[in-house]
Formats: sequence, C-alpha cells, structure tokens
Amino acid sequence: MSIELANAIDMRGIEKSFGSNPVLKNVDFSVKVGEVHALAGENGAGKSTLMKILQGVYGKDAGTIQVAGKDVEITDTFAARKAGVGMVFQEFSLIPTLTVAQNIFLTNEPTKYGLISDSKAKVMAAELFEEMQVSVDPSATVEHLPTALWQLTEIAKALAQNAKVLIMDEPTASLAKHEAEALFALIERLKAKGIAIVYISHRMDEVYRIADRITVLRDGVRVLTESLKDLTPVQIVEAIVGRKAAAHLEHLDRSDKITNEVVLEVDNLSSGTKLNGVSFSVKKGEILGLAGLMGSGRTELVNTIFGVTKADTGTIKINGIVTNISSPREAIKNRIALIPEDRRSQGLVLDHPVTENLTLPILDSLKSNGLLSNKKILAKSQEIIDLFAVKAAQPSIRVGSLSGGNQQKVVIGKWLATDPSLLMMDEPTAGVDIGTKSEILDLVRAIADSGKSVILISSELPELLAVSDRVIVLKDGRVLKTLNRNEIPTEEFLQLEIQGAN
Amino acid sequence: MTKSPFAPAFDLLKRFEWQKNIIYIGFVAVFVLFAITLGDSGFTQPNNLLNIFRQVATISIMAVAMTFVIAAAEIDLSIGSVAGLASVVTAMTLNSFGLIPGILAGLLVGAVAGAISGGLVAWLKVPSFLVTLGMLGLVVGVARWITASAPVPIQDMNYVAIFGGGDFGPIPGLLVWAILIVAAGAVVMNKTKFGRHVRATGGNLVAAGYTGVNTAKVKFMVLLMSGVFAAFAGMLYAGRLQSGRFQWGTGDELSVIAAVILGGTSLFGGRGQVIGSLFGALFVGLINNGLILAGLDVSQQQVVRGAIIILAVALSRKK
Repeated sequence: MSIELANAIDMRGIEKSFGSNPVLKNVDFSVKVGEVHALAGENGAGKSTLMKILQGVYGKDAGTIQVAGKDVEITDTFAARKAGVGMVFQEFSLIPTLTVAQNIFLTNEPTKYGLISDSKAKVMAAELFEEMQVSVDPSATVEHLPTALWQLTEIAKALAQNAKVLIMDEPTASLAKHEAEALFALIERLKAKGIAIVYISHRMDEVYRIADRITVLRDGVRVLTESLKDLTPVQIVEAIVGRKAAAHLEHLDRSDKITNEVVLEVDNLSSGTKLNGVSFSVKKGEILGLAGLMGSGRTELVNTIFGVTKADTGTIKINGIVTNISSPREAIKNRIALIPEDRRSQGLVLDHPVTENLTLPILDSLKSNGLLSNKKILAKSQEIIDLFAVKAAQPSIRVGSLSGGNQQKVVIGKWLATDPSLLMMDEPTAGVDIGTKSEILDLVRAIADSGKSVILISSELPELLAVSDRVIVLKDGRVLKTLNRNEIPTEEFLQLEIQGAN
Repeated sequence: MTKSPFAPAFDLLKRFEWQKNIIYIGFVAVFVLFAITLGDSGFTQPNNLLNIFRQVATISIMAVAMTFVIAAAEIDLSIGSVAGLASVVTAMTLNSFGLIPGILAGLLVGAVAGAISGGLVAWLKVPSFLVTLGMLGLVVGVARWITASAPVPIQDMNYVAIFGGGDFGPIPGLLVWAILIVAAGAVVMNKTKFGRHVRATGGNLVAAGYTGVNTAKVKFMVLLMSGVFAAFAGMLYAGRLQSGRFQWGTGDELSVIAAVILGGTSLFGGRGQVIGSLFGALFVGLINNGLILAGLDVSQQQVVRGAIIILAVALSRKK
C-alpha cells in the first residue's frame, strides 16, 4: 500500500447561494501537496465561486475548509493569504509603474533602519527568480515588461507570501506557445517543491499536459473527480457539457449555400507596417477563415476594413463599388460589422445594462415621437436575448455580471441586430466555455446560411476548420496562401502552412 | 431553503441601488430634520423655501450640463469663470446695443469657451482637467481686463425681468428656467440617442468607438453644452443682481460637481442622472439655508458645509 499524500487543501460540503439562486451544492474539492489539480466546467458552473471562497472573496454558506490539515475560517482575503493560498490573477494585479521587486514585496517590504530598502527587495526578488529558475530583471519597471514576465512576477509575488497553494486561472490565455512551455516547466518545478496548484483552463491539451487530477463542476454540483490517466477527452467533455454532444467540431459541407456574388473585394490593402498589400474577396453566404500567427496581421486586416485603422494604400469594394471607409460609422453604414478581439474592453460597456448594450448601434429604429422608447428597447432586447439564448436574469442586469460566454452572445446579438451583410469576428470563442463555443459555431453557420458573409479569425484551428469554407493564411501582413476547405486534410497540415513550413 | 413572507421585500432592498438613490433619502432626511429643529426659525415658510430654490437655480442649470460632461468621463472646471465673463459681456453689450444683442453676446461667450475646450479635448486629446483649468484662469483674466475689475450695472429692466430678477406669475423666474432646463436635460439624457451616446462614451470609450459612436463629437458637444449653460447661468446672475461682474459664479464649479456626484452620477463616467443632480443642488442649498437659520456665522457655515459634502459624497459612492 502506498502512502497517501497529505491534502494541501480540503474543502468539504461547500454550499453557496446568491439570493435564492444556489451556485454551489455540497461540493467537495481537495488538492494534494505537490499536485496539479485541474478545475473544469462551463462558465457559470461554479468554478470561480468555489475559488473565490477559497481566496476569501466570498463567504461560504456551509461546509468546512482545511489548509494543510488544519481547519481554517477564511473570512477575508487576508486570512486566505495568511493560510497560504495564493492567486495568479487572470487580469493581472500588478502596479505598472513600480518595479518587479517593488511589486513582489508590496505591503510586505523588507526594511533597513526602519525604512523600506529597495536594494534588499531586489536581492530577495533575484533569489526568488533563481529558485524558480527563470530570468526576470527585478529592477525593471513592470509596464515595460512583456506579459509573459508579468505572469512570472505574479507567481513570484504569491511565492514571496509563502503560498502553499497557487490558483491559476487561464494562465496561458495571453502567452505565446514557447512562453506557455516555460510556464509548464515552472509548474513542474513548483510541484517538486510541494506546492499545490489549482489549474483552471478551457484548453484540454493543456490540462492533459500538466494536471494530475481533474474535477468537473456542472451547475454547482461536482460531477467528476478522477486521475487524468483514467479519462479520455470525450469523457471530460461529456462531464462538462452534460449530454450535449461534442459534434460541433465536425466540418459540414456548405458549398450549396455559397453564391457567386462577391460582397467584399479587397485589393492591395496596406496599413502601417502590419499590412503589406493584402488582396482577397468574400462571396455572399461564405465563411472565410483567417489563419496566421500572432502578429501576422489578422486583427489589423479586419480593423482596417472596419475603419478603426486607416488604410495607406489599396481599395475596398463593397458589392462591386469602391468604398472609402475611414471610421466604424462608415463601415456600419455599409452594413459591415466587427466583433472585436477583446469583448470586455472593445465590445461592451460593462457597467451598463444588457438592454443598453444590445441596442446602442440601432437606437434610430427604437424611437417613438422622436424620443427613444423604453418599450421598444425592452422588446427588441428581449427578442435578441431569446434568439441567442443569453442567460441573463433580467434584461436590465449589468452586462459585466454575466459570464464570458453570455457577454459574447450579447456582443454578437448587438451586431446581428444591425442586419449586416458582412460580419467579421475576431476570436469570438476566446475564454468561452465549451457549451457556448459550440453554440457560437452553430450560430456562425446559421448566419452564413441566411445569406450573410462571415470573416472569422480564430487561433483554435479545430474551430476554424469546423466552420470555414475557405482559409486564407496570413504572414507578415501578406496573404501567404488561399486554401479551399477540401484542400486541407488535417489540422497539422494547416498548422504547417501557418508556420510557413509546407 | 425556507421562504419567509418578507423575502420579496428583502430582495427589493438588496436590489436597491444606493449610489443611485441615496440623494433622495438624504434630501428628505435633511429636510425633515430642519423642518423639526428649525421650524420656529421660519425654515418651512413658503418664502424661505422659494428662496432656497432661487439660490440653487443657477447651480442646478450648470449641474445639468455637468451631468453630461461627467457622464462622458470628462470634467469642466471653467464654468464658474465662464458665468462671470458672460455676465459682464451681456451687461456691456446690453448697455450699448440693446436686449437681443446682449443675450446673444452672453451665449456666444459660453459657446466660444466651450468650443475651444471641447475642440482641444476631442481632437487634440488634451485631458479636459487641464484644458478647463487653463480656461478658468484665461476667462477670468479676460473678464477683469475688459471691465477693469469693476461691476457693470444693467439698466434694461426687460432683461432683469426675464433673466432671474422677475417672477413669471406667482413663480420666481429663476425657478421656471431651472425647471425647464432640468426637465429638458433629463429627457435628452434618458430618451435620446445623444444621451445614450454620452453614457456609452464615458462607460467604455473604445467599445463605443467600435460600435460607431462618434466619441470625439460627443466630447466636443458636452463641453460646448457646458460652456453655453454656464454662460446662461451667468446671465441669470446678471439679471438677479442687476449687474455684470467677473466674480459672479466664482467657485461654483465645486458646488456643481458636488451636486452632480451627490446625485448619483459616476465620477468615472458611464452613468448620468440629471434629476439626481437637481436634488444634489437642492441638498447643498438646503444645508446652506439651514446653517444660516441656525445662526452659524460664515466661517462656521463653511466648515459644516464642507464636512457634510464630504460625508454625503462618500456615502453616495457606496455600491
């Protein structure tokens, strides 16, 4: 019989409701010393509530929490930190104008003769980074560092507070591939030191790569806790989405839905250093995928077509007519819509109700007697909410309080209400749970089936391949290749094209 | 979970938005308090109550425009001095060229000052805090320069009767102006595309731009509006006090900003409550009046007023 490793954290029978709405029902969750434990579930399944209870952001209604075998009452974030729970925030908690060392020891500054000693902090930070086996300059100002190093600083900050448990929420979301690799190597080293890690991610390959066990929550109930060795991806997806099938990634042939009518024709479009003469066209009813590495010019291309960025040279023809688009307003007038990359900072006014966000671009059609009509606004919003199955308690609720997937549905709904003939979507499924992802992909197909054209950017190739009728590969602001869907046999093939290796 | 029969009431209480509505509670509470403690000193006399309205009318009018400015996540510090300059320009033009040119000249002062500030903020992207702080000094300087710091008396009694000196029937003219402007402001904020665009711009500049809102124009418009409304308030000062003087309106920007924040408008933009701003202004006026009736001298009034405003603003920031 092998010796059972001790539990770093042990949460038992956790219950939590907001108002009359239970979000966690009798949930058990434990992480062993030196274990990476993945926590999965759709947005709204209760993952973040469970973690916020562990960090002391929310109080629990019932249940017990043990840290390192001892009962603890985590009443606030200070108590959590004292107990040894550290968080690597998805939206970083660093102060950009301070140095790395100053951030790591913020509120906990080493002193000399009663005064704060930056030089001591620098030495201590350097030791920490050495232990982590990463190279970060402790005296660099945070705002001048690339995001990957922000994250390492976050981790160092948690370790400096003697964290025994680290919670990482989508830690690779803003990292390039080699940076993610470096993070995984660091996680391995932290494991070896006996640090327990809760790893929250929607990316299945990462979970398999790094985690030992997985716990899946669905609708506030724990449905699965198992060693990853004993699970197939299909089993995990089924646990996450329930009985919903994962068939959304299958490509459906839509060639009969595509007409010969060219909606958009871009010729030799250049802008700054990011776009260097791009030419392509989109037909009515077609879904065009844009593939390429970070910085290949995908986002810049759609932003230039939408008039956010100015074009230096080149022409854009809409329905065969040369059109000069220098602002989003003109793009909207020409029935073009863009769902931007970052819905929180570019797509929504988070502090405003769902209704106001949904109706912002179509206010002209919601007037009676020259004034905006609340009745019409509410009716139109409800119509969009029903159509896209947005889960919002009331249309008047703040859009910022919805889950990521539902926020994205609000952005999509808002643009479809303008009845565009060309819809451009920049990473529409980023940070969205699997269930909503498949809904969004179905939606993309339905939009194109209704005679609209779609330009889709996605870094997740299975998704891109599932819906695209044609794929353009961009590199250094140029079109490297145009491929019909049937010319792409596998995901690996497209990956090689993107890397420019074929 | 067991449901108590009071659950709906509790839910209602939980959903109650403190930041949005505390001004109404505060207003009623202070009113009742003064009515009880200062009833004998004449607080509840109709004349005294009308007086309060008269005193806050100009603040309320400027607060309407300031609500739009702050909702768009900008600020206008120049309103007090724009009011002063408008009062002297109106008085001087009135005396030389007559009623209509006088009115137009006053409004033009506000439009020019607002357009300059607005243009710099909207298209040159200079922070409004700096632009309007500079404008504050510039405008006061012009007003002192052209009048040699002396008051300009107004003899035109028609002007005085329309702009704040007279009554419309039984109601003071100032009150009528304030009510008209607040009502129009509330409708524009809540019921027009412009109002919605102002709040979207303040709530998330980038998202509003991506959605097709002309955010530069919105910023220009709110500062233009603020300038014109400040000039109008200055013209009301001129009418009530039968003279134009560079000091009219001095320091009003602080009362106006306090009134707007008290009224539930977010200092970070995205939220604007015109009616709330009116009650914010009334609240400040109520306190001024009560302190005078309570027999506090000017220095004591300043201390108490400052403390109450800090407290009230702090409470209204509670989420």
